[in-house]
Amino acid sequence: MSAPTDLKHTPLYEQHAELGAKLVPFAGWEMPVQYEGIREEHAAVRTHAGMFDVSHMGEVEVEGPGALAFLQRVLSNDVAEIDVGGAQYSCLCNEEGGVLDDLFAYRLGGDRYLIVTNSANHEADLAWLGRWSRQYGDVAVRDVADRYAMLAVQGPHARDVVARTLAIGLPPRMRVATARIGGRPALVCGTGYTGEDGVELLIDPEVAPAIWAELLDGGAVPCGLGARDTLRLEACFHLHGNDLTPGRNPIEAGLGWCCAEQTGFVGADAVARARREGTAERLVPFTIEGAGIPRQGNAVLVDDEEVGVVTSGTFSPSLEVGIGMAYVRTTLGAEPGTAIEIDVRGKRRAARIGSKPLYQPKG
Amino acid sequence: MTLAEPSYPDDLRYHDQHDWARIDGEVATFGITWYAQDSLGEVVFYDPPELGAAVEKDASYAEVESVKAVSDVIAPLSGEIVEVNEALADAPERINEDPYGEGWLVKVKLSEASEAEQLLGAAEYRNLLKS
Repeated sequence: MSAPTDLKHTPLYEQHAELGAKLVPFAGWEMPVQYEGIREEHAAVRTHAGMFDVSHMGEVEVEGPGALAFLQRVLSNDVAEIDVGGAQYSCLCNEEGGVLDDLFAYRLGGDRYLIVTNSANHEADLAWLGRWSRQYGDVAVRDVADRYAMLAVQGPHARDVVARTLAIGLPPRMRVATARIGGRPALVCGTGYTGEDGVELLIDPEVAPAIWAELLDGGAVPCGLGARDTLRLEACFHLHGNDLTPGRNPIEAGLGWCCAEQTGFVGADAVARARREGTAERLVPFTIEGAGIPRQGNAVLVDDEEVGVVTSGTFSPSLEVGIGMAYVRTTLGAEPGTAIEIDVRGKRRAARIGSKPLYQPKG
Repeated sequence: MTLAEPSYPDDLRYHDQHDWARIDGEVATFGITWYAQDSLGEVVFYDPPELGAAVEKDASYAEVESVKAVSDVIAPLSGEIVEVNEALADAPERINEDPYGEGWLVKVKLSEASEAEQLLGAAEYRNLLKS
């Protein structure tokens, strides 16, 4: 790990410090893990509106007459299905079908797209995209991460808070719209990572502190990466580095729905084979039956035999039990309700395979 | 949640792994310090030891777990568990709210009374936190 002095700061670093946030290193950034407490922040998103600084995430602009053909080659989903103003989730796969990253692609214009990358993968994604783009003479791949601060406002009242406070119109779910925020051009995306309704704002870093303050005054509750993780795991959204890795393909991860092998994307042959022949393991959500909190790396057992490994685990503030996701042998059946045990540091904890999402937002 | 304000009572002895002991004759009450609970965040699970279990100074005897992380609890002194705080099963947040009171973890019958001399006083422990 790099020394603390090497950590990058978002444009909202001062605001986090002022609010008394607990700051931790995350993917090379010093980020707020919590302000008042993870449970309170989690509840704010489930019942009202929480606001996350996710400016550490990366942005890549892809533009040119060859943009569609190029993206069709590198992204797993059928990019041709995105109309202007549309958004789509995709995997970025290697030739073996392994998942290099998972990301959203937004179509901003006829031949202009924006990709939002995971911060830990941003540099590698850029190199990968740059390498493949050289086969397409008429497309530019630009790192525009410095051009945007990113705020995710999420929760049943998130849209009200944003629309009222910033006096802007909001796109529906899974759409993107341009707007002026703080007097500067901005993007408003109807996407998120919590299972709740809400928006993600891509704004000019210079106006980010003022907009953050306005949204706080408007009632949005500041939330850290701690709550972001409990919220996404209740919703069974994957975290790259945990549930998705270059050694796992989208099929075993349960992401076959975002793979369109007929487009011939990089890794499509391997993904098609995995879909046709099945995979030895598959990712399943589970809930602990009583005490115990599962963590990444815990073994999954059935009849004393190790049948899998936990890739994400936490305490669910909504359900008040331990929850997680694990890769388990496909031969297990792994239907919802199947009894398993999780070896939590030497103690066997009874658990049951669940169905996605583990927590259903009340909406 | 109302978290306790930072405090390190003078009547306690402290272990440098952020544990405290309140020694009363041959029995001591153990818990974790304000600093420990604050570093951990909201405690959501306390896994106590068995009654009668032997605990050894400087070794882990229990686990406290927050949403984000699990932490071993280190015994400040050696002995045998004679009581565990059953109330924490339903209300582990008491460890945050009242780390030196209702958030106590275990009571231990001490086997090596002289070990207490190796523990820190409140002022020494505060200095350790500053360094």
